[in-house]
Amino acid sequence: MFTNFPFFPQQASAQAGQVDAIYFFMVAVTAFFSILIAGLVVYFAFKYRRRHRDEIGHAIHGSLALELLWTVIPFFITMVMFVWGAKVFFDMYRPPAGAMEIHVVGKQWMWKVQHMDGRREINELHVPVGRPVKLIMGSEDVLHSYYIPDFRVKADVIPGRYNVLWFTATRPGNYHLFCAEYCGTKHSGMIGTVTAMEPADFQAWLSGGRADESPVAAGEKLFADLTCNTCHLTDTQGRGPMLTNLFGKQVELQGGGTVTVDEAYIRESIVLPQAKVVAGFQPLMPTFQGLVTEEQLLQLIAYVRSLSQQGEAPGAAPQSPTMPQSSSRPVVEKK
Amino acid sequence: MDTLNYINNGHGLASWLLTKDHKRIALLYLVSITFFFFLGGLFAFMIRLELLTPAGDVLTAENYNKMFTMHGVVMVFFFLIPSIPAVLGNFLIPIMIGAKDLAFPRLNLISWYIYVLGGIFTLVAALSGGVDTGWTFYTPYSTAAANSHVITAALGVFITGFSSILTGLNFIVTIHRMRAPGLTWFRLPLFVWAHYATSLVMILGTPVIAITVLLVAAERVLHMGIFDPALGGDPVLFQHLFWFYSHPAVYIMILPAMGVISEIVQAFARKNVFGYSFIAFSSLAIAIIGFLVWGHHIFVAGQSVYAGMLFSIISYIVAVPSAIKVFNWTATIYRGSISLDSPMLYAFGFLGLFTIGGLTGLFLAAMGLDIHMHDTYFVVAHFHYIMVGGAIMGYLGGLHYWWPKITGKLYSEPAAKLAAGLVFIGFNLTFFPQFLVGYLGMPRRYHMYPPEFQVFNVMSTLGATILSVGYLLPMFYFVHSIFRGKPSPADPWGAKGLEWEVPSPPPTENFAVTPIVTHGTHQYAPSKEVGVV
Ligand code: HEC
Ligand SMILES: [Cu+2]
Ligand SMILES: [Cu+2]
Repeated sequence: MFTNFPFFPQQASAQAGQVDAIYFFMVAVTAFFSILIAGLVVYFAFKYRRRHRDEIGHAIHGSLALELLWTVIPFFITMVMFVWGAKVFFDMYRPPAGAMEIHVVGKQWMWKVQHMDGRREINELHVPVGRPVKLIMGSEDVLHSYYIPDFRVKADVIPGRYNVLWFTATRPGNYHLFCAEYCGTKHSGMIGTVTAMEPADFQAWLSGGRADESPVAAGEKLFADLTCNTCHLTDTQGRGPMLTNLFGKQVELQGGGTVTVDEAYIRESIVLPQAKVVAGFQPLMPTFQGLVTEEQLLQLIAYVRSLSQQGEAPGAAPQSPTMPQSSSRPVVEKK
Repeated sequence: MDTLNYINNGHGLASWLLTKDHKRIALLYLVSITFFFFLGGLFAFMIRLELLTPAGDVLTAENYNKMFTMHGVVMVFFFLIPSIPAVLGNFLIPIMIGAKDLAFPRLNLISWYIYVLGGIFTLVAALSGGVDTGWTFYTPYSTAAANSHVITAALGVFITGFSSILTGLNFIVTIHRMRAPGLTWFRLPLFVWAHYATSLVMILGTPVIAITVLLVAAERVLHMGIFDPALGGDPVLFQHLFWFYSHPAVYIMILPAMGVISEIVQAFARKNVFGYSFIAFSSLAIAIIGFLVWGHHIFVAGQSVYAGMLFSIISYIVAVPSAIKVFNWTATIYRGSISLDSPMLYAFGFLGLFTIGGLTGLFLAAMGLDIHMHDTYFVVAHFHYIMVGGAIMGYLGGLHYWWPKITGKLYSEPAAKLAAGLVFIGFNLTFFPQFLVGYLGMPRRYHMYPPEFQVFNVMSTLGATILSVGYLLPMFYFVHSIFRGKPSPADPWGAKGLEWEVPSPPPTENFAVTPIVTHGTHQYAPSKEVGVV
């Protein structure tokens, strides 16, 4: 199934080439300096080998010019590495607008995936080639890390916050999926397969199997089941703020400061409502921690988001400009 | 013919267990550290045995996880960190600076007892069922999920930390206050400089790990929400605290080895070091800058990009002083009088392996590349090149170099050369394939793995077998030398330095009269004292 060239991973994503380019540069630098040092040591050891018992070496104390030379040269080489590495990281960090979103939840020891049209999978991930895919990832228990070596992408999956991983697959095929962060007994069993397909095949696959409700629809149902809708009405008469057109906006908080509404903030509003109280409201929203699973949280978030983007196809949601990819703590700007 | 020395000055167990002689305490450490080294090695061998085949067939997943955890905990906290400072540093620093003992001999003995107490906790944790969190104790797994003996092991780490702190304190005070007349800072052996820098890291860093493991215990037992998000904590906070100590801890392991290499290279090239002050100050630079790079362990844990960039650039900067050292050592053997005795073989091994280890660290500091390499076998290979290829090579080199001084006996040189060769070959065969399989994507801490990674793992296991023979051999010829070895003269290598001016083994008080120092350590050529460069 996996036809890897045994000494080098496949390049199956748009990012892979960039990462490999730094790698080759590093290998060249390493080879050069290792051979230089080893060569000199062996050469000197032979050339200046001790010829009689009482021989001593020459007194040479140093050379400022040489010291400067081998301080400055390594410094510049490493700065090239730094800039190059940071640039590639930057490129790989920002998901492009219009990326196809997929929800991923890690738990001991499986990967649960839900596509925006509702289709679910476990320990597998089907994606189309040629289209940026953005995984919004959370964990139900401990740390995990979503790693696709042939795509050269990896991101830790952290309980209590969302991390994002994105890539554009370029070559149809099956690729390894590994959990890279140690997570307990069956860590090495928390693996799976990523299948990249031609767009047409992907559509066929998507419409194939039994699709569950879409996360938005499931979230809408949860919103009613969990009685969120008793406080959050579609007008401003409720005990809680109106959630329509909220996503991506700035909200004023009690005690000053504002916060941009993103996934992490909505999550926090549901599990730790007292952490940031909206100005003009009483802190009477109960916590839903323990009552909703990580997946349900993602569905609720998808629903709240959908209230702000009426008419757009789910899954093609525009990227909110301020979504921090990693922090559970929304950015709070003090006024 | 039996002259009085520190070994025969007092007999019976009590004379050893209650000694305040830094040399005897060094031997107490030597014995206990050797025990933990082979224990950690046994765990490593179990790991390699399991990984011989892709399926998980030798150990259960649970036991495998315990093996790599115990391997890491034992090797890092009970072998690598104390090894060179507590054994060689303890034995040599007072002699190298012309003192009769460390500044606080009683504290020195207490440090050893603390170390042993910490070790007992760890052994109890191992024997009563083991720990399975990884030596990194990452939360919330360690505080909320793991149901192994986390607290006992964490306490072991906590306790032994105090031994490091006290040893560091003892060294710093000793080096400041007890140098012989004429022994200025820039005449100090580089071994002493390296230990000075190491002691700084021990004193400043170790309290942080102590507090961190205590917080883990508090969360686990009292359910205080510190790291577990379910209790309102932040798991990544743990990683910051942990690596704030554990990155500098790498320098606790490698700086003393660098000190050893500086001594050996000078002694076996019969030549003073090239660029003395650059080597001395690069130790300090590493110790200080090393505190500012911990974030390179969490590039993919969702740290802000800008924080990541800072950590990345500082990680590159800290590489420069290490490069300076390597170039200076290489320049030192230029026009020396080089003899390839076993300590020098270890030093050459160190140079090669540490260079590769350091350079592969540059891969991991490149943020874009680290995304792919983080938590793979590439990382495992990299840090073993530093810790085993660097620190253990340095330790073994030092042990061979000073063994005649410590015991007063000569060991079998051909056997020692053979061991050095086996260690070098075995080491490379074990860890080089791991760079390749790491780039292929094999994650670390995997009990089972896909079959296409097997070739590399078979090579690693084969290498580990050779390596263990290389490590066991010295046990035999060292022990043999104690009983059957030829007595060693005061200076068997024709090396320079105060430690070679006292008899082998040295008398209890080291020096009958305090020496007066008039020049730097390794002055072989009858040169005028040239200004240090
Ligand atoms: C008892 C009434 C009540 C219930 C039930 C309730 N909320 Fe709230 N909610 C509030 C109040 C009051 C606030 C504003 C005060 C605050 O921030 O805590 C709020 C704030 C919020 C916010 C932040 C809104 C903003 O403008 O920043 C979100 C998002 C939210 N709730 C979602 C939910 C969801 C999802 C549920 C159901 C799982 C829910 N709430 C259930 C009362 C409630
Ligand atoms: Cu895992
Ligand atoms: Cu580090």
